[in-house]
Order: sequence, then C-alpha cells, then structure tokens
Amino acid sequence: MPDEKKTGFSRDSISNTLVVAIGVSLVCSVLVSSAAIVLRPLQEANQNEFRQRIVLEVAGLYDPGVPVDEQFGNIETRIVDLETGQYVEDVDPQSFDAEAAANEPGLGVGIPKDQDIAKIGRRAVYAPVYIVMQDGAPQQYILPVRGKGLWSTLYGYLSVEPDGNTVSGLRFYEHAETPGLGDQIEKEPWLAQWPGQKLYDEQGEPRMEVVRGQVQPGPAAIHQVDGLSGATLTANGVTYLIRYWIGSHGFGPYLARVSSEANDNG
Amino acid sequence: MAETRKIILDPVVDNNPVMLQVLGICSALAVTTSLLPALLMCIAMTSVAALSGAAISGIRTRIPNNIRIIVQITIIASFVIVVDQLLKAYAFETSKQLSVFVGLIITNCIILGRAEAFAMSNGVGLSFLDGIGNGLGYSVVLLAVATLRELFGAGSLFGAQILPLTSNGGWYEANGLMLLPPSAFFIIGLLIWAVRTARPKQVEKPEYQIHEVHRTEVL
Repeated sequence: MPDEKKTGFSRDSISNTLVVAIGVSLVCSVLVSSAAIVLRPLQEANQNEFRQRIVLEVAGLYDPGVPVDEQFGNIETRIVDLETGQYVEDVDPQSFDAEAAANEPGLGVGIPKDQDIAKIGRRAVYAPVYIVMQDGAPQQYILPVRGKGLWSTLYGYLSVEPDGNTVSGLRFYEHAETPGLGDQIEKEPWLAQWPGQKLYDEQGEPRMEVVRGQVQPGPAAIHQVDGLSGATLTANGVTYLIRYWIGSHGFGPYLARVSSEANDNG
Repeated sequence: MAETRKIILDPVVDNNPVMLQVLGICSALAVTTSLLPALLMCIAMTSVAALSGAAISGIRTRIPNNIRIIVQITIIASFVIVVDQLLKAYAFETSKQLSVFVGLIITNCIILGRAEAFAMSNGVGLSFLDGIGNGLGYSVVLLAVATLRELFGAGSLFGAQILPLTSNGGWYEANGLMLLPPSAFFIIGLLIWAVRTARPKQVEKPEYQIHEVHRTEVL
C-alpha cells in the first residue's frame, strides 16, 4: 500500500486491528439479529401451518386447494395429562411445546429404563392431542408420537378411531433414515396398510407391530403391517415407538378413557 | 465488458471450482438427492459468495493482515445466517430438507477461497461478479449431479414422476445407490473425467513419476 506511508495509517497497527474487529462484529451482529427478529413471525407461522397440515394429512382431510387454517376449523386441540388421561385446561395448546417441556424440571419426566422402548429418555407431563370433530362428536384422536429409528428420532402422528383401538392413519413428518430404504416410512404404499389395524389385543396389551417380511394370515395379522426390506431397524423403531406411546406410560390412560366414554354414549 | 464476461463465465467451465479445483465437494454430496433442494442450495451459496465477496472487498484496505481470515469468516457467517433465516421464512419445506447444510456454507472452501484469493485484492463490483460466477460454476455441477440422482434414483425431476416406478406399477426399478452419498462421488468423478477429456489443458501434471528401473541398475 503506497498510500499508507503518506497518511501515517497502518492497517496492521493494534488500534486499527481493534477498530476493525469491533466494527465488523458490531455490524454483523446487528445484521444477524435484525434478520432473526424481523423474520421470526413468518417462521413461526410456517412452523404452525406445517404442523397443522401434517395433522390434516393424518386425518385424511388435507385439501391442497384450501387454506390450512380454514380446514383446521374442525379440529380441536386439547392438552392431556398423560398420567391420568384427563384434559388440562390451564395450558395454552397454541404455545405448548411438548419437546421443549420434556427437558424442563416440573414439566418433564424421565422415562424409566425398562419402559423406554422408544429410547427418547424424557417426555413432557402433558401432550397435545388433536380431535377431529364432526357434528359435535369426535371422529378421530390424533396423537403425536416420536422415537428412535436407526439413525434419527422419528416424529409423527398416529390417528386413532373413537374406539381407542383402531388405527385410522399414521404419518411421519421428520426423520433422517436411510434414503430409499428407511424413508419408506413416509411413503404412501407402506402407510396405507395402517388404517384398520388394531392397537391392542383382548387383554388391552399394546400389540401393534411391524413384522419382518410380509404379514402372514392368522389371528395376529390384525395387529401387524409388512416390514421394510433393508430397513429392519427403522421398522423396529416404529414398532417400539407406537407401543410406547399407546402404552401405559404414553397415551394408554387417555385412550382408555375416551373409548369408555364413547361406549357410554353409544 | 469482456472482463465482466470472463469473470462470470470463466468459473463455469474453464476454471470450475468443483471440477477443476475440487472444492465444495461435501455439500455437493449432501444436497443433491433431488433437484429442488439442490437448486435452493445453489441460490443460497451464490448469494452468499457474491455478497460476502462485495463486503470483504469493500473493507479490504482496512482489514489487518493478522486477523483477516477471522474477519472474512465473520462476514461470511453473518450472510449465511441471514440466508438461512430467509429460507426458513420463505421456503420452509425445502429448508427442512437442507437442514444443516445451509449453515455449512460457512465452511464451503469455495467462498473462503474466493474471499482470500479475489475479494482481498479486487474492487467491490468485480468481487460481487466473481462471487456470482463461482456460485454459478458450483450450481452447474450441483444441478447436473442432482438431475442424474433424482432421475435414476427416484424416477422423477423436481418431484414430478418421469420414469414410472415398479413399486407403483411402472417399469422402472429405482436405483437406490443413486440416493446414497457415494453415487455423488461417482458422478462428480465421471464429470471431471469427461471435462478433462474434452479440455486436456485441465489435466494436472503428475506430482511425481515412478522411476523406471533399468535392468542394469538391478544387477
């Protein structure tokens, strides 16, 4: 730099180093934080709409031509105390984040090792459920489920009919399983086997499972869907996470309660 | 005008950052299973390259030598975060598929390479164009790889089914290897081979030559 000598300015001096370091940090942090603040409402709206769309898809109600908000009108969101199966009124369903709550003292509980078949470690005390209503009567109960597959945690929704036992749909919306093998869990041909299957046996034990290979005809077939070739561990993960979330530590008490109410009314 | 053209077009074929300099391979493996995320990644990468090039060039005479890499990385990282936030706000679905790889643009050697090699010694306008050019060079390779992978791995392009799959009653048996990262290595390797065959000037000189032993030396 020929000019440097003339002006007495040296860019390698300590003062200039400090000025540049502080200046760059300031400008960059303002840029980053203003982007984050300005865009947050849009991002949260996206997140919310995404969740609602998946719920609608599980319910088999999703229509791409109609705004998601409008379609979601028939769906009630309630918060359930998992231990008792009762609704909780003093938690706002819009802002409740079950996964964040799982790690908060008071709001989350550790899952005992012998019960943690879904390998998630902790869960929130409360969980949201989405209830599809028609003419004042519940049609489907949609439960959030998650659990470990082979590489990643699978996140999805399980939809159950008012009898608390019959599956009406299953969808996974987030996972990082092997492309082309494990990711069949998000594809229609495999998911289409789920509706109509029974979650529990006569004794009320969770029996739903993904078998290895194809389902063989027999008394157990009503609890089974075909395995995924090349993705046995992902399929096992699905079995365990379903069994955990419909089990006594998951939505078991809640499903038992709503199904007995359905019987009383019918 | 001729210089502008050269700065933009040179990195696309003659001096391609991926194929000639073999940089940015990591993200080229990760985001090319289908075209849409690859396209979004190209746009993100090109805008970061252009903007960070311009910004670094703008303060290049003030950047002290001993902290120049930190300053460059700080500027690049800021633009990457902004782009990531924009994607989450305006292209939510696809940004979910890109997940961490937008953040990893920070470590993309092409961007730091251009900042250090070009933006530190050229004007703002030229550095901006150089970023666009190198982004395009990267994009050409990424889109070529993604087209091949999505077409042969899933039988579709931009999610639209082109080859009917046997699993849905069609005739095309999807090639699962194409969806796994190694296939991108093979495709990029074959592309490099093809380009260097067409333009032998790009072939590197061997770094050393095995000495041919003469019969008399052994005895």
